[in-house]
Amino acid sequence: MTSAVLQVSDLRVTYYTDSGRTRAVDGVNLTLYAGERLGLVGESGCGKSTMALALMRMIKPPGRIESGSAIVGDETDNVDMLKLNEEQVLQARLSRIAYIPQGAMNSLNPVMRIGVQMIDAIQAHRPKATKTEMREQAEAALESVELKRGVFHMYAHELSGGMKQRVCIAIGILLSPKVIIADEPTSALDVVVQRQVMETICKVQEKIGATVILIGHDMGLMCQITNRVAVMYAGKLVELSTVREMFTNPMHPYAKALIASLPNLDNKGVFRGIPGLAPSLLKLPSGCVFHPRCQYAMDVCKTTMPQQSVTKSGRYVYCHLYDKDGNQVSGTPLIKPEAVTN
Amino acid sequence: MAPLLELRNVSKIYSQGLLSREQTIALDNMSLVLDDSKPSIVAVAGESGSGKTTMSMLALGFIEPTKGEVLYKGKNLYKLPANEHLKFRREVQAVFQDPFAVFNPFYTIDHLLTVPIDKFKLTKSKKQARTMMEDALSAVGLRPDEILGRFPHQLSGGQRQRISVARALLLKPTLLVADEPVSMVDASLRATILESLKKLKKDYGISILYITHDLTTAYHISDSIIVLYRGGVMEAGDVDTVIKNPKHPYTKLLIDSIPWPDLKLRWGTTDLQAKEGEYKSTTGCRFAGRCPFVMPKCKETVPPLFQTDKTRAAACFLYEENPQLARQNITELISA
Repeated sequence: MTSAVLQVSDLRVTYYTDSGRTRAVDGVNLTLYAGERLGLVGESGCGKSTMALALMRMIKPPGRIESGSAIVGDETDNVDMLKLNEEQVLQARLSRIAYIPQGAMNSLNPVMRIGVQMIDAIQAHRPKATKTEMREQAEAALESVELKRGVFHMYAHELSGGMKQRVCIAIGILLSPKVIIADEPTSALDVVVQRQVMETICKVQEKIGATVILIGHDMGLMCQITNRVAVMYAGKLVELSTVREMFTNPMHPYAKALIASLPNLDNKGVFRGIPGLAPSLLKLPSGCVFHPRCQYAMDVCKTTMPQQSVTKSGRYVYCHLYDKDGNQVSGTPLIKPEAVTN
Repeated sequence: MAPLLELRNVSKIYSQGLLSREQTIALDNMSLVLDDSKPSIVAVAGESGSGKTTMSMLALGFIEPTKGEVLYKGKNLYKLPANEHLKFRREVQAVFQDPFAVFNPFYTIDHLLTVPIDKFKLTKSKKQARTMMEDALSAVGLRPDEILGRFPHQLSGGQRQRISVARALLLKPTLLVADEPVSMVDASLRATILESLKKLKKDYGISILYITHDLTTAYHISDSIIVLYRGGVMEAGDVDTVIKNPKHPYTKLLIDSIPWPDLKLRWGTTDLQAKEGEYKSTTGCRFAGRCPFVMPKCKETVPPLFQTDKTRAAACFLYEENPQLARQNITELISA
């Protein structure tokens, strides 16, 4: 196994709002290895973006990172994003961990040429670099995302949505970070362009050997792109497993419902939504947060929060149906991927 | 069969520029008849800029066609007398893309639903109005007591989108134009909205024009599909035939790019030709610049529709040996 490049442990983020405290990210543990692509999925408001922001140290009041650590880098050279001071954080961003925000393509400055915006980013990290060096670096980044060097001189409005998204990826990889977080990079794009952009991300990632965290709710995309999938629900990580395991044998009831709700070619006209609504983070249900919607809910689920189970193959799951080694607790209903009925 | 809504050789051209009139053909010579004898769901699919929203705007009578005419029950939409136009407004309803933008945030859901009732004088009694609202909400799978009296911001995107559907249903329309109704909604809630749309067709006999870029949902909900590319029909026909065995290179590309949530189906077997923004041809097939099978003739003449199967036609010279189908007869494939 290659070395870990991102170790998140017990990450907690709380927003202090007028109507109460909301735990947007509640005790998330994650380890990512070099060259891996992780998909982070969940319904809107489940805390996926908050988690990404926390890793970047970009949580603003009323939000606060309560606890946890996020170690970026391998054994020889690493930093804990959550313990750095302001100055160090600025240095670590982009050079160690890059974030491509949601709707990034609309974040380009319309009155600045693309190149100027890219050089801005390089200058902040390499103040001594000469103009030609910076320009070369920026153009190389543009080339690596399959854009022409000429894009350097263009304005954002001269580019199509897919091209703008690629410019944002190019900015993200300027300094070859070890971790790239892409927050719904293709949610506003067409399928064909989406495929082009995703293929670009994968190619670039392989080239610089980074880890990608792909945030989104399109399970289809996750299936095609990622190696592992983490499912979040109401601020908690409920399951983390490889794509194959997730799609063939989901362990957590929510993951299972999510997989079952996916349309595919064989189950035409069968719509299986997840009954109920995601809880408001202000008023979380007692015990396991998923129990009001869970078809396997037991009495213990209503009162006690499930502990993390780790299976032999390294899957995490938080559910009372499993003991701490990830074996099914005897006497509980067996979760099987439901056969497709037509 | 009586035609309900008919697009007859409709083109829509947007021109811009003061001196050099640069023209964009948003929709080119489109003909389609939606018939009222048998309710059906017709999907119109294509990427952005393919003219699918233009088509929905034309069908709703929001914009006037540059050429051709839009007919409602055999009469030109733009020449309807006032009372008939009001009737059209009631019978043809719309559901739009963004559930967060369509509601006035200052009004409660009750108010939002009362407006159409008052406007179209559906009932005078308040009690009856309430029953109508409750029925419409239940029909889309919402619990009226949870919804009525609330403000839009208190509801989730999925709930709001279903309220849009309920509002349309209230007026007992004969046709619903749904323009990307699920693209802004969480994947886990899509299923419920599609389910309620399907129910409209089954229980209330409402035809639906389902405009989308998402072929997955189009496949699941519709009976037939029209694939548009830069304003022109590329392939049309029965949805099962088209999606499971696409003929036109563009449809193939689209279907190949869908990220299916299935480990057996991998992405990217057909090569992606030419990057976006680089395809501008003035004559010949619109897709020629990106087509992997392009022939010299594709760049000179616009391919007509060739009927490859009983229920499907593709506008591509690869299928020349098949009989031609006049563009205005697309409907035959759809109602077959």
